[in-house]
Amino acid sequence: MKQKLIVIGAGMASGRVLEHLVEQNPDAFDITLFNAEPRGNYNRIMLSPVLAGDKTYEEIVTHDDEWYTTHGVACRFGEQIAQIDRGAKTVTAANGDVLSYDKLVLGTGSNPFIIPLPGHDLEGVIAYRDLEDTERMMGMDANSKVVVIGGGLLGLEAAAGMAARGVDVTVVHIMPHLMERQLDEAAGYLLRKALVDKGITVKCSANSSEILGKDGHVRALLLDDGTELPCDLLVMAVGIRPNTGLAAEAGLAVGRGVHVDDQMLTSDPDVFAVGECVEHDGAIFGLVAPLYDQAKVAAQTLMGEPAAFAQKELSTKLKITGCDLFSAGDFADGEGREDIVFRDPGRGVYRRLVIENNVVIGAVMYGDTGDSNWFFGLIRDKTDIAEMRDTLIFGPAYQGGTPLDPLAVVAALPRDAEICGCNGICKGEIEDAIVAGANDLGAVRAVTKASASCGTCTGLVEQVLATTLGDDFVIPAAAPICGCTDMTHEDVRRMIKSQKLTSMPAVWQECGWKTSCGCHVCRPALNFYLLSDWPLEYKDDPQSRFINERKHANIQKDGTFSVVPRMWGGITTPNELRAIADAADKYAVPTVKVTGGQRIDLLGVRSEDLPDIWADLNAAGMVSGHAYSKGLRTVKTCVGTDHCRFGTQDSTGLGIKLEKALWGSWTPHKLKLGVSGCPRNCSEATCKDIGIVCVDSGFQISIGGAAGMDVKQTEFLIQVATEEETLHVIKAVTQLYRENAKYLDRIYKWMNKVGLDWIKEQVVDDPAGREALVARFDLSQDIYCKDPWAEHVAKKADSYRPVANLIMEAAE
Amino acid sequence: MNSWIDIAALEDVPIRGARLVKTALGCVAIFRTGANEVFALDNACPHKAGPLADGIVHGKVVTCPLHNWVISLETGEAQGQDSGRVATYPARVEEGRILLDRAFLNARVAA
Repeated sequence: MKQKLIVIGAGMASGRVLEHLVEQNPDAFDITLFNAEPRGNYNRIMLSPVLAGDKTYEEIVTHDDEWYTTHGVACRFGEQIAQIDRGAKTVTAANGDVLSYDKLVLGTGSNPFIIPLPGHDLEGVIAYRDLEDTERMMGMDANSKVVVIGGGLLGLEAAAGMAARGVDVTVVHIMPHLMERQLDEAAGYLLRKALVDKGITVKCSANSSEILGKDGHVRALLLDDGTELPCDLLVMAVGIRPNTGLAAEAGLAVGRGVHVDDQMLTSDPDVFAVGECVEHDGAIFGLVAPLYDQAKVAAQTLMGEPAAFAQKELSTKLKITGCDLFSAGDFADGEGREDIVFRDPGRGVYRRLVIENNVVIGAVMYGDTGDSNWFFGLIRDKTDIAEMRDTLIFGPAYQGGTPLDPLAVVAALPRDAEICGCNGICKGEIEDAIVAGANDLGAVRAVTKASASCGTCTGLVEQVLATTLGDDFVIPAAAPICGCTDMTHEDVRRMIKSQKLTSMPAVWQECGWKTSCGCHVCRPALNFYLLSDWPLEYKDDPQSRFINERKHANIQKDGTFSVVPRMWGGITTPNELRAIADAADKYAVPTVKVTGGQRIDLLGVRSEDLPDIWADLNAAGMVSGHAYSKGLRTVKTCVGTDHCRFGTQDSTGLGIKLEKALWGSWTPHKLKLGVSGCPRNCSEATCKDIGIVCVDSGFQISIGGAAGMDVKQTEFLIQVATEEETLHVIKAVTQLYRENAKYLDRIYKWMNKVGLDWIKEQVVDDPAGREALVARFDLSQDIYCKDPWAEHVAKKADSYRPVANLIMEAAE
Repeated sequence: MNSWIDIAALEDVPIRGARLVKTALGCVAIFRTGANEVFALDNACPHKAGPLADGIVHGKVVTCPLHNWVISLETGEAQGQDSGRVATYPARVEEGRILLDRAFLNARVAA
């Protein structure tokens, strides 16, 4: 007979409880999961990478609908619990439903603390807690100003995430240095310097006095020294308070949090509590590692197994790219305490160990945290360090004369050394999993969950694999293209050129592909490499292209497509607009949108209508805009000397010439250009892959801009005097990029690898080399500069339609 | 007993490609592999109903164009860590023609 289990709150702790239950004893409970947020369990600690644009929300979902369905968890998301009746053993949902339980798990989490400053209830004052908050912050752009109150872990991750998006961020912190609970002053200083380098303004020892508003919306934060910090959004990240309301109303014992014992039981033996809502032995919890421990204990207790939760030493790492810091234990000054400090100002490295009675009791590290797990182990195990005191600060590699080898460091770790802090996985558990057959990173992750949460310990897990498997495991130095080969993109490009490989099967054979015909990752890359290196010999293979480039339109989420005709240099005519309007009517196009690249997008066209709508647009003189291609997209222009009183050159005319010269060419990733008629830069040329800014004396060409997941300003390549030279330089740069870059690297990524100087050597310093590049580009354009729409209308229209229609065919 | 419907010539479907067959209950995708095998599947990925016929065919699998789920053409099962299944129907090639079992129409009514 299954017991009824009701779980209130779908957070990281309760999610882990569910995992343990369904994995170990799927038939023990009928589970119902309530969540006030309208969604299931996701990895809340990964909201910062989502904010920074390094991950998407989909990637941090830990349990999706299918998981709940598969494991028979009844989900009631977006529903709060109004009341718990412990006598009757029932809960009442907000809509009045009454459900009975045998066991109840509270995972009600915590509420962000909002400082009750005047104006705290204005629109635009938010906490940093859930996906909604994250999305609010992601809505900020380079024109926005944001103030973050709180210089702790969460506040700084929020600030760095928004700064990465170009937002003007100011952090206001009441204490003299950042993260004062985890860092000492010196490390706090290095952290502050790193954040200021990222463009963040940091104000420490700053007291907020009032939030100022206008029309009900926040407009500034006022400090008690009279400083006004204007902002469009104000984020308060000053701490959390356990959410105990429901438990208190139900008469459970509550202090700062819901009181639990070592088995995670509340004062009622049928009610458990886990996560940020609990208070255990006087402590409350905000980091994920103890939450996972609690979840495991609660699950085991539910299944009738003995288990006890014990608080452990905790360590902190910060998830901000470029800020490597670590702290653990107690590092306040005190009587009988000694410090060992190591600094390397050149590298921005700081290490401090606090020692009492020959035992390390605290550690702070900044800039180089490679040995942090070893130091954490010394703290936790209270190891006597008297013998190694002289070299202690340099880390494990220097103890006992061991050579400086990262593998030796890992090999020296004891079995109970913690490798994955998020999941509390020790080296021994990983070794056991490897011995049991998990012989690569993916398998270790699947079996132990080590490195599966925040991922910072991935390198360590690989090293454990290497020390355990010995020669059988090679730490991947450079990532291969995909599972079909061990070769990198660069290796394969070299082979294609040096061995004159001119067909896909030749590459598979000569490079030892492990699959019969590649996969969706390698085939598009190979198709590009072959057609760019051997334009005459290789024949483009549509079946190795992503659907957008196969059907010359952008696929949408419902399987329809979008159609974007080319508008040379962003210039159109009344006749073209009429033809577009007629096409939109005729094919019942649901959405017509103006794009950022100065064109018009017809969204929601059915596949089988594509050839017809193209034929109509062709008839009005328009061709494909290649809005779907890893190739030339648009050349954005301003009006230049034609109309503008500031224009110095004919920027529109140059843009049209460039677009006519480059269109139809395939490149490693999309290629966007901009031409501005003067340094006011109205066409935003300096955040394009290639940008031209016109000046009186000529044309400034710069490359490597981007305005997507990364925002980059272009770097100056050369100034030339004439349009003719401009065309040559740009063709040459484009060809150099085509011949050398890794597939799916934009110019800025390629430039990071080869260096701007190398590019200058080829196209600026070597006129003969430049002309050879231009000649090779022109040769390729002889073949590829054509309208794919007209070609498909003429030759392939049928392939867009069903091959047979059985609608009238009767079933038997 | 099978009764086979003539659908199209094998060459009408590109190698490592697919074409659609319309039925009263939505489209069925006919795939052709590099080794000239032919498979018939519902044209809707078990994940978000992406049009599998627009995917990239490799080996005996197709990668969905929307979110890169990889679906077996033989069993309709999602590969790797993903799970889910799309319906498959008997198909064969005879004298250069692609044939579908008439029973698949029934199967679709039942489904």
